[in-house]
Amino acid sequence: MTPEASKKFLVFAPLAVFILLSVFFFGALKLRETRAVDELTSALINRPFPEFRLQGLDQVLHDQTELQGQVTLVNVWASWCPSCRYEHPFLSELVEAGVPLVGLNYKDTPDEALAWLDFFGDIYDYHIQDRDGRLGLDLGVYGAPETFIVDSQGVIRYKRVGVVDERVWEGEMKDVYLQYGGHIDE
Amino acid sequence: MNRVLCRSFLLGFAASALLVSGLVFAIGEIYDFSSPELQERYAELTQELRCPKCQNQNLADSDSEISSDLRREIYLMLEEGQTDQQIKDFLVARYGTFVLYNPPASGVTLWVWLVPVFFALIGILLVWRVLFQASKRPMDLQEGEEDLL
Repeated sequence: MTPEASKKFLVFAPLAVFILLSVFFFGALKLRETRAVDELTSALINRPFPEFRLQGLDQVLHDQTELQGQVTLVNVWASWCPSCRYEHPFLSELVEAGVPLVGLNYKDTPDEALAWLDFFGDIYDYHIQDRDGRLGLDLGVYGAPETFIVDSQGVIRYKRVGVVDERVWEGEMKDVYLQYGGHIDE
Repeated sequence: MNRVLCRSFLLGFAASALLVSGLVFAIGEIYDFSSPELQERYAELTQELRCPKCQNQNLADSDSEISSDLRREIYLMLEEGQTDQQIKDFLVARYGTFVLYNPPASGVTLWVWLVPVFFALIGILLVWRVLFQASKRPMDLQEGEEDLL
């Protein structure tokens, strides 16, 4: 290449770099929206529900084998969690439609948890007490509310971080629930 | 005058650095390690691992509840004699590769590793051209002139 030709070529170099970077950054922005959440929630999908043996709010010892036999929603909640109040009415609707719901009372005290349930209504089959958050850690929980779909073999099939409402349920959770043989009353 | 200004600036800087370091140490619990080596690894791991709840904070800097739990877990695992890799695997199995600030070189994250190398190569090429090709330019011009003649 002669110096003149290479100079002409160089004039377009900044433009080329600009276009390249634009594509890269816009792509990264698009990815970011879904990727961060996906990465966080995918770790436990298709893994068995972690082993545990914990006392429930009913003073009975519960373990992971009780989750087998039917498709179940496991809802991580706490009395200190404002969003849990928000999703409570919709979870009630699901329970009324015959969806089995188990509570994982996360980093809470029994007194406050029971008072919360008295006030808002206990719609759950039973509650596992995870006072120090060790089971939550095995579940990759990093806040409340979170909701898992556990299939009849006791395998985690879905994880929702944040509130479950009609949009989320109709959007993807219901399909997963039905796909693994979950039952809904019509 | 200038020297006074400079000195007061340095003093101010040192004072604020002290304040900031005080803040850094205020976050996190104090654990009793059985050996200084474990303490060092604890410091490294909590620097290197990302708080799952936060967009951009490591475990050492984060004041969130989950980070405090994970720090306790790392402390216990270190005292149990687990390796750094075992501890990282433990966290990745639960929270995904999100918790690693050093992402694995695969899939989309491969770009994170390749793009800097690519730009570094361009930079080296440019420096090389400027330093060594520039001295040849007069020769090129002379050749061009010869053609014209």
